[in-house]
Amino acid sequence: MKSILSLCSIVLLALALGACSSGPPPQPQASDYPEPVFTAKRLLPPEKTELDDLTAVYDPWEGMNKRIYNFNYHFDQAVFLPVVRGYETVVPRIGRDGIENFFDNFVDMVTAVNSALQLRGKKLLRSTGRVLINSTVGLFGLIDVASAMGIPRPVESFGDTLGYYGVGQGPYLVIPFLGPSNLRDGLGLLPDAYLQSSVKSAVLSEPLDITTTLLLPIDTRANTSFRYYENGSAFEYQMVRWLYSTKRKLDVEQ
Amino acid sequence: MTISRSTQQFIAGLCALLFASLAFAAVNTVPNYNYPIKDRFAATVVGTPEEYRAKLPDDIPFKGRSITIFPERVTPDVFFYGHELLYSVALQDDAAPLIFLIAGTGASHNGSKNTDMAKAFYQAGFHVVSISSPTYNNFVIAASTTGVVGHAERDAEDIYRVFEMIWAELKDEITATSFNVTGYSLGGFNAAFVSKLDEERQSFNFRRVLLINPPVSLYNSISLLDRMTQDIPGGVNNFDKFVDRLIRAYTSTLRSTGYIDTANAGGDDFLYDTYKALNLKDEELAALIGTSFRVSSASLVFTSDVMADFGYIKPKGLVLNRYSDLRLYNDVSLRLGFTDYYHEFFYPFYKAEYPTMTRDEFISSMSLTSIENYLRNTKKITMMGNADDVILEPGEIDFFPRVFGDRATIYPVGGHCGNMSYPDNVAHMVAAFTEGGM
Repeated sequence: MKSILSLCSIVLLALALGACSSGPPPQPQASDYPEPVFTAKRLLPPEKTELDDLTAVYDPWEGMNKRIYNFNYHFDQAVFLPVVRGYETVVPRIGRDGIENFFDNFVDMVTAVNSALQLRGKKLLRSTGRVLINSTVGLFGLIDVASAMGIPRPVESFGDTLGYYGVGQGPYLVIPFLGPSNLRDGLGLLPDAYLQSSVKSAVLSEPLDITTTLLLPIDTRANTSFRYYENGSAFEYQMVRWLYSTKRKLDVEQ
Repeated sequence: MTISRSTQQFIAGLCALLFASLAFAAVNTVPNYNYPIKDRFAATVVGTPEEYRAKLPDDIPFKGRSITIFPERVTPDVFFYGHELLYSVALQDDAAPLIFLIAGTGASHNGSKNTDMAKAFYQAGFHVVSISSPTYNNFVIAASTTGVVGHAERDAEDIYRVFEMIWAELKDEITATSFNVTGYSLGGFNAAFVSKLDEERQSFNFRRVLLINPPVSLYNSISLLDRMTQDIPGGVNNFDKFVDRLIRAYTSTLRSTGYIDTANAGGDDFLYDTYKALNLKDEELAALIGTSFRVSSASLVFTSDVMADFGYIKPKGLVLNRYSDLRLYNDVSLRLGFTDYYHEFFYPFYKAEYPTMTRDEFISSMSLTSIENYLRNTKKITMMGNADDVILEPGEIDFFPRVFGDRATIYPVGGHCGNMSYPDNVAHMVAAFTEGGM
């Protein structure tokens, strides 16, 4: 419960930060300036109205999302990445792999529950098998024996379960610290995180529980190769938005 | 008009094929070469599949760094993240030769090709300094003098300045026994002009220079790439449908062939698996190459327009900030070819400086042909290319053996840069700098 509360409070805090600080600077109007060589009017076919279907993602909270995106970038530069660099210096590769496997084991548990909710037998069998094998032979999940045995690793979250039962993605949402999401997946994080943290608290002693709670974001960041503004695109915000939405659409479809 | 557009395209395609096969026949290529992908478009898209790749060390100290090139420059807020130029280094502990790597069009200092090259050269005992292409968003923002890139000599000057400033910082850290430079694609083209500039400036006195799959004429190559987007079924206005269809075909093929989660997509052989699963036709592969080039050129053109405030797609004088909605500019720039940029932005922008030059003269100055004599007489420069390179016009490949003589090595297959990670090519790259001592 602790971690779910802290997650909520973090979200609220960041939303408040976004809301309290001065609003976005006023956007100058393109129509006040001379037309450029190539305009939308000249290039886009009339039936396309103005914007492409391809890059279109429902984003009614774009203003807030962009502010959180910007905040996440600065947090990444100032806190996350330096901490990850320190972590990678202090903890050797084998230790980091063990920690990653340990957390993945909890994700597999979440997958098992969500596969059950979606009545998906094969994924349920695989993820349950993985948890059983890795928690025992794999020494509390530190060693990924199941993958070595060739058991595939499905991933299903509560967001996927909602999607399975027909809940749409809803508005695009950039979550403080975590990054791109949507309303459905963002809300879906809460039961998943609650399940993980309550099982973790039940099986671990309190000092270990606290240590691992602190390690989780570091491990997650260390295993996420994404770097803000290093993909070469001048249009990063909408590119990431489109990629995330497309990926989630496909995740739910299969 | 009695001939339909599709017939014309068919004839043009047929001619290209015929002349292309003639061109292959005319060039002496490397014998006994077993790079596995024989289709030029597939090779360009897929690269070298994992099982055929040269074995390179996983863990080299290839570290990202940053440097301010223009301290006085006020970076536009919409590019607030780009004030410093990012680059990467892998440094030896002891004195060693140093090699500069220049990435290809739209590619970064730590993209997969530069990273693989860094591994190969680091393993061979070089200090490695890797920079992004002058056409990469961050380079345009942080290190381009004018913001309007694609100019052979101007880009070379920008790159040279970057090299000098990076070396000024590194020289207290390491000892370099010699300086060398290489690059692939546009980076290979850049390397030739950087080498020529070095003859005057002499900051480095490069010992060896290797051009990997360079274009001969920039304009010819971008025209070819622009034409590839016409292979998108229904043209660029159906770009969204094309991408959507590809993605759907891919996922449905995966589902029908077995259990693969999209969570696992994006691995080392992602492209190769996709290619095998989709069984794409050449036009579709060409459309993919064209699309990928279009996406990076759209970003570049917008970046240049903001930096130079030219009024190409963004109204001149309009100031954008980090919260501005850029979708309209994205959608507009995706519909513009690089040839449009050349004629409507690049040429008018530089015309003032070269008042007597005609458009054609200007175009021909942006080519290796314009420094042919220098290339012919400069023994330290070698090149490696592929006879079936998709960014060369039919017959253009002949330029290399004609000008470089036996300093040119032409592989029979590999498309555009598809074979750079193949063991023979990796060995060749390293040997180009180590043969006859370092």
